[in-house]
Amino acid sequence: MPEPPTPQPSRRVFLRRTAALAAGAVALRPGAKARATPEAMRQAIREVLGEAEAHPGKVTLDIPALVENGNAVPLTVSVESPMSEEDHVKAIHVFNEKNPQPHVISVMLGPRGGRARVATRIKLADSQQVVAIAEISDGSFWSGSADVIVTLAACVEDLQ
Amino acid sequence: MVSVPAKARRGAAIEIKTLISHPMETGYRVGPNGAMIPRDIIRLFTCTYNGEEVFRAELSPAIAANPFLSFFTTALESGTLMFRWTGDGGFEATHTAEIAVE
Repeated sequence: MPEPPTPQPSRRVFLRRTAALAAGAVALRPGAKARATPEAMRQAIREVLGEAEAHPGKVTLDIPALVENGNAVPLTVSVESPMSEEDHVKAIHVFNEKNPQPHVISVMLGPRGGRARVATRIKLADSQQVVAIAEISDGSFWSGSADVIVTLAACVEDLQ
Repeated sequence: MVSVPAKARRGAAIEIKTLISHPMETGYRVGPNGAMIPRDIIRLFTCTYNGEEVFRAELSPAIAANPFLSFFTTALESGTLMFRWTGDGGFEATHTAEIAVE
């Protein structure tokens, strides 16, 4: 997307930036940006699961193992399910470990879903694990995961 | 932009693909003036089939710009699929598609 041309920064802007930079250097370790952690991801998953446990299996993530550009990473999540009235996937939740927020997407499906498969494109700020949790109509949860190596990060890259 | 098969057999699982132009600004980036760029994302996408919701997605900033979503639904009867995107700053967009089920 084309960015508007940057005007020449005035002295005032320069001073303001310098001050902001100095303040930032005190407040943060160099290079430390808002990031989720594997712990934050576990907490976000816990909120979805409540008291239940997620069984490994049934959920497949189709995502490239090596990504050059984290700005648009194709992701397909499929869940083994007959998608019938008695046995269907109610929801799929996707989480990540190292973006600024652990939540990626939640989708709600139903017995009319036909097939439990959803595709989108996501941003990844770093090499990390992506986890998907599926909620089945019988109340059980199933999980799958995939590891992705990212060479160009997304989400927090600055425009300067 | 939405892709829905124009015709389907009754009971068949049909794939629907949607794409919408939107920056999906994360709210975690610094702009040219040194200030944070405010978050501007689509938060919710829904698809209704003759008025009944058949798919819903809640999006976080981790969804790439120009959100793409593909999913399935069962073709039960001829009618209208309505797609709706809503988000930050009062963003709202809708699209409808007709399907003939035989």
